[in-house]
Amino acid sequence: MSEAATLAAEDVTAAARPETLVTVRDLSKHFEIRGGLFGVSRIGAVRAVDGVTFDIRRGETLGLVGESGCGKTTLGKVILRLIPATKGEVLFGGKGLFEARGDDLKAIRRNMQIIFQDPYSSLNPRMTVGEIVGEGPLVHGLTNRRAREELVRELLARVGLNQSHIHRYPHEFSGGQRQRIGIARALALNPEFVVCDEPVSALDVSIQSQVLNLLDDLQEQLGLTYLFIAHNLAVVEHISDRVGVMYLGRLVELADVEELYERPRHPYTVALLSAVPEPDPRRRKRRLVLKGDVPSPANPPSGCRFHTRCWLRERLGNPETCVTQDPALADTGGEHFAACHFAGEVVAEAAELGAAGARE
Amino acid sequence: MTDTLLRVRHLRTYFWTLDGIVKAVDGVNMDIGTGRTLGVVGESGCGKSITALSIMRLIERPGKIVEGSVDLDRTDLLKLSESEMREIRGNAISMIFQEPMTSLNPVFTTGNQIAEAIRLHADIGAREAEDRAVEMLRKVGIPDPERRARQYPHEMSGGMRQRVMIAMALSTYPQLLIADEPTTALDVTIQAQILELMKELREERRMSIMLITHDLGVIAEMADDVVVMYSGKVVETGDVFTIFERPHHPYTQGLLGSLPRIGQRRGRLRVIEGVVPNPLNLPKGCLFARRCPCVMPICEQTPPPFQEVHPGQVSRCWLTPAGTTPAVGMTAPADVAEAEAARMTITADSGRQSATAAQMGEVGR
Repeated sequence: MSEAATLAAEDVTAAARPETLVTVRDLSKHFEIRGGLFGVSRIGAVRAVDGVTFDIRRGETLGLVGESGCGKTTLGKVILRLIPATKGEVLFGGKGLFEARGDDLKAIRRNMQIIFQDPYSSLNPRMTVGEIVGEGPLVHGLTNRRAREELVRELLARVGLNQSHIHRYPHEFSGGQRQRIGIARALALNPEFVVCDEPVSALDVSIQSQVLNLLDDLQEQLGLTYLFIAHNLAVVEHISDRVGVMYLGRLVELADVEELYERPRHPYTVALLSAVPEPDPRRRKRRLVLKGDVPSPANPPSGCRFHTRCWLRERLGNPETCVTQDPALADTGGEHFAACHFAGEVVAEAAELGAAGARE
Repeated sequence: MTDTLLRVRHLRTYFWTLDGIVKAVDGVNMDIGTGRTLGVVGESGCGKSITALSIMRLIERPGKIVEGSVDLDRTDLLKLSESEMREIRGNAISMIFQEPMTSLNPVFTTGNQIAEAIRLHADIGAREAEDRAVEMLRKVGIPDPERRARQYPHEMSGGMRQRVMIAMALSTYPQLLIADEPTTALDVTIQAQILELMKELREERRMSIMLITHDLGVIAEMADDVVVMYSGKVVETGDVFTIFERPHHPYTQGLLGSLPRIGQRRGRLRVIEGVVPNPLNLPKGCLFARRCPCVMPICEQTPPPFQEVHPGQVSRCWLTPAGTTPAVGMTAPADVAEAEAARMTITADSGRQSATAAQMGEVGR
């Protein structure tokens, strides 16, 4: 907590900026790989999240994109302390989350909730909707059954479900409706901060737009702050105010949404955006196709982790810096952060490549 | 126009479940031209995969193809014997599936599996087949194919396995490749690699592709022609530009409208209200009527005709080509009057486009 105070004191411009709700500092999560006889010796570690630093501002939606295995879901869970961090700290409203104990922790927990990806496996099939949504309030002391039912009915109405379905079981609902149940559960304790972990990935397009609009409405009505994790770049662009891009456990770029989509400053972001097929047959892109697969997070490449697949490095004649030095996430101007030694060259080089240009 | 390679007519595939008959594919027509790519779109459960499996005659109990014809170069596949059909599968028509892990055999090396496919269809020796397998792996862009051919599926990443599947499917030089959600399980950068590969191979071989996906971006990128399916029926067909630029069916319009697009952020997404009808209890009129913003009384009573609305564009909807209500003579006069009245309440005079926009559009922000 004292560190939070010093941080705030150091930052003279803090008052002019939007208020920070969640502070993530040098956060890492390594999963040990055990091996040897009886599996007791530690033979390595998967660096799922490796030294990530950023802030989430009150009332904003921070999108987090990246491919499978880049650590975005792990990051979301570590921020909620659902799994312990290996290193680093998370401050919630200025309070250290990892040091909190007992009632303090319970109070923080109540304020941070999560919506899961899979609406099928994230709801207990033996509990009714009323029990699922009312469980949080019960744990936090709302023991009066009638009051709880009243609250659950209110929540169901709020997320667009029929209140009379309170005694039904999850299997009686469609995927989109189940996701609404998951949202109602997350909102039951009136949180300030919600981690949405791929909340629409499992849904069909027509249902996806219903849920996205609902999340938008709820944010407006309740003043929620979202960390929105997804791999679909169009969805993230639609819902986010700022967007972070992850690659192999690292945050490689962070900027306002328009800035990031229009002027990406990390070669990986450029490649990601170029890879998305656009629903417009007249704009068949000339793609910037990355070679190979994402390397293993148990044995990440030296220096910049993206250097093994980087198109920019190739164009610049394979400079050694990329292999020897790990680029830090630095402000390239206007709070547009990028972790690339050659961030200044990205825009021009990408334009020359015609990465986003039309073919016809 | 190019010549038609595959012609599907009145295909019906039903499943006999304990709860009743599910008409998974109910009277589907589609044509695939030689060297062309047909995109089949629709949401889960609309029957797109079952259509593909029916073409391959891979429907198992409790499912059955009850009616229709599938003509490949004027041979009706549905009339062939099982052994004749085995000659077609993997030879004239190959199929790749969504999940590359479950469609490869874990106990054989990848080279082995591709060689087996080759030897089943060509009279060549084991050595030669294995050489050709390595050649195919090289062709689909797998680095160090000699080593990879000796590896098992679990030693490869998802993108790599999908390449192996494609190598296997193409090893017999099929005329038609059926790709059922070939990139859905893959990350975007890997998806981009696979789509580029499919394009290259398509040009090289003049191969026809039936590409099944729910991703309209992939369709726009790859397809020449598009079929939109809903609840077991084709609701609209046309070439890719027509479908994306002037879709006629309200469902197609809704699908395209509800998509978040890069570069067009903010504002509310259009929404298709409600959910797909229960396949065990389908409505008697138009299957989309309950979710349709332009619904008219006739829609709930009588299934709409599948009519050409523009040359080459066919839509299963009561709205006329211009998007207005049906002309007198197509239905009972009383109905028309009612329908017209209903339409007038939706919009004053400017037809379907504005009606849909008003109904589906930026309501409430």
